[in-house]
Amino acid sequence: MNIHEYQAKKILSNYGVKTMKGIMAETPANALKAALTIGGHSWVVKAQVHTGGRGKAGGIKLVRNLEDLEQSVKNLLGTRLVTNQTGPDGKLIQKIYVEKTVKIKKEYYLGIVLDRAKEMPVLIASSEGGIEIEKVAAESPEKIITVAVDPLIGFRAYHARKLAFGLNLKAAEIKQFNKFARNMYKAYYENDCTLIEINPLVLTPDDHFIALDAKMVFDDNALFRHDDILEMRDFEEEEPTELEAGRYGLSYVKLDGDVGCMVNGAGLAMSTMDIIKHEGGEPANFLDVGGAASVETVSKGFQIILRDQNVKAIFVNIFGGIVRCDRIAKGILEASEKIEVKVPLIVRLDGTNALEAAGIINDAEVKNIITAEDLADGARKAVQAVRGDF
Amino acid sequence: MSILVDKNSRVVVQGFTGKEGTFHSKQCLDYGTNIVAGVTPGKGGKIHLGKPVFDTVEEAVQKTGADVSLIFVPPSFVADAIMEAADAGIKVIVCITEGIPVKEAMIAKKFVQKKGSVLIGPNCPGIITPEEAKIGIMPGFVFKKGTIGLISKSGTLTYEMASQIVKAGLGISTAIGIGGDPIIGTTFIDLLKLFREDEETEAVVIIGEIGGDLEIQTADYIKKEFNKPVAAFIAGQTAPKGKRMGHAGAIIAGSKGTAKEKMDALKAAGVEVAESPALIGKTVRKILIK
Repeated sequence: MNIHEYQAKKILSNYGVKTMKGIMAETPANALKAALTIGGHSWVVKAQVHTGGRGKAGGIKLVRNLEDLEQSVKNLLGTRLVTNQTGPDGKLIQKIYVEKTVKIKKEYYLGIVLDRAKEMPVLIASSEGGIEIEKVAAESPEKIITVAVDPLIGFRAYHARKLAFGLNLKAAEIKQFNKFARNMYKAYYENDCTLIEINPLVLTPDDHFIALDAKMVFDDNALFRHDDILEMRDFEEEEPTELEAGRYGLSYVKLDGDVGCMVNGAGLAMSTMDIIKHEGGEPANFLDVGGAASVETVSKGFQIILRDQNVKAIFVNIFGGIVRCDRIAKGILEASEKIEVKVPLIVRLDGTNALEAAGIINDAEVKNIITAEDLADGARKAVQAVRGDF
Repeated sequence: MSILVDKNSRVVVQGFTGKEGTFHSKQCLDYGTNIVAGVTPGKGGKIHLGKPVFDTVEEAVQKTGADVSLIFVPPSFVADAIMEAADAGIKVIVCITEGIPVKEAMIAKKFVQKKGSVLIGPNCPGIITPEEAKIGIMPGFVFKKGTIGLISKSGTLTYEMASQIVKAGLGISTAIGIGGDPIIGTTFIDLLKLFREDEETEAVVIIGEIGGDLEIQTADYIKKEFNKPVAAFIAGQTAPKGKRMGHAGAIIAGSKGTAKEKMDALKAAGVEVAESPALIGKTVRKILIK
């Protein structure tokens, strides 16, 4: 799960990680009020959307008076911010974070991420702050310092020292940096994060480290014990159809093709997309109906797939294991009638009682339902159906 | 021969009396798996599915000589169940439950390693040595006995692949679903090491997917140390970047973890990579002829 910058900063500051004073606003009037409360003579206005690359895309503005601030907020709110990470549709800006400005001596990068290969959290630091870390890693890997933290011992002083010396910090700076890193790790660990990224991490002329931006990602499997974080979930940031599918235990991702897919199991669902492509077609979606594949889940699956106007045929690919195929066949017939599926439905059922299942579907003599023998046959027929060959 | 489990494996089911545990234990018993005990804290002394129930894994091990555990407990108790099994001296721990927090998975795995046990999963279909032991939730009839080792990150795709191998006139020595989570107890490499020593296994099929770099490391291992033919398929060639495809681990971050990157690495290591998921049966035949 992702949260906004303003939410991440709130969590981090509770752990003693220094941030600048800021207030979130959803209207220009409130943004003005926020600026007055914060005080000072210049502010940063930051679009709150779940994506990186906001600065370059014009989502972050430095303003030096209240008129400019109001105008900037007006310009941002309600528009869609298109960054190098959002895709062409961009993200709708509905919240703005107004923040106090800070004097900067130098910019750094500091992140903590779950390293799947090492199977532990890794802290990543770089003297190249403010630019994408992937870019630094590709162009000047010597400027990146990492240290893995064994969860059995947790974050120790020597971890921080390795990073601090690697960044060539001076004595006065090292003490402050160590404190910052320790607090940040504590926030990572206690909140079940899979990522915290501070970019840039800025050093002020009086040797304080401040998180100028903050990104936090949480482990979905651990959210059951973090009600406070769950409350921060911004449903506006999520794709509505994917959200709806999730409520029914379905896992759905919309794609750009015209062959709808309904599959049980994530690996088989990905493979079904792959074989459609292999047969010359384009998948319209990823959809995993889960192990059970009941009438309810299949019906909901059809509804969701058919909401996409591009879909010209649906390939149902189920490998029945513990759940018998004859039952699934009945479920598909019932669901396709209930939902009034008009597009060609190519059904491939394999596994337990597959022959009986094919019999049930053939006997039903539904005009738009075509049975397929195996994975390749099903994909081929689905691609032909899209081209109008049935 | 086979790897990890066979007809002599003595299985204890943790979460034995729950809905999932009961359903799948019955399926395993019907298959012929030697389940000797169950553990459900608070229900010790009862008999369930004709087998004794104990309060602790330690007691189950002492009284029944169990050496393999099959775990169905809910996500918030899973790490505890895994560590309890390892502490009781269980050698192979198979964890079916999905939804375990990464933080606990990391620590549980380290503890299991320290105890010298093997953890399969979490979030996996389990392990099967056909006609001997089915320790998991897979449909047993799909897997016919043979000489092909099968290692896969996914569930139903494993059944699909096993079915294709059987239709190609071949069979399976042992099939293992290693799970699709970011942290998994046993990886492709761990199992390839076991298959290398297994006389019955002639060739191995690995089924990977997008996300992480496990398949890249595996390719490196195969190139350097594995001496049997290997066929592979990587699911998710058409998956877009930054979108999670069902499994927590199946997400392409930046340019890392793409199917193409993995397929190229495996090919370079001499692995026969099936371009389409429908071709795994044929691909396995091909590597056996070589």
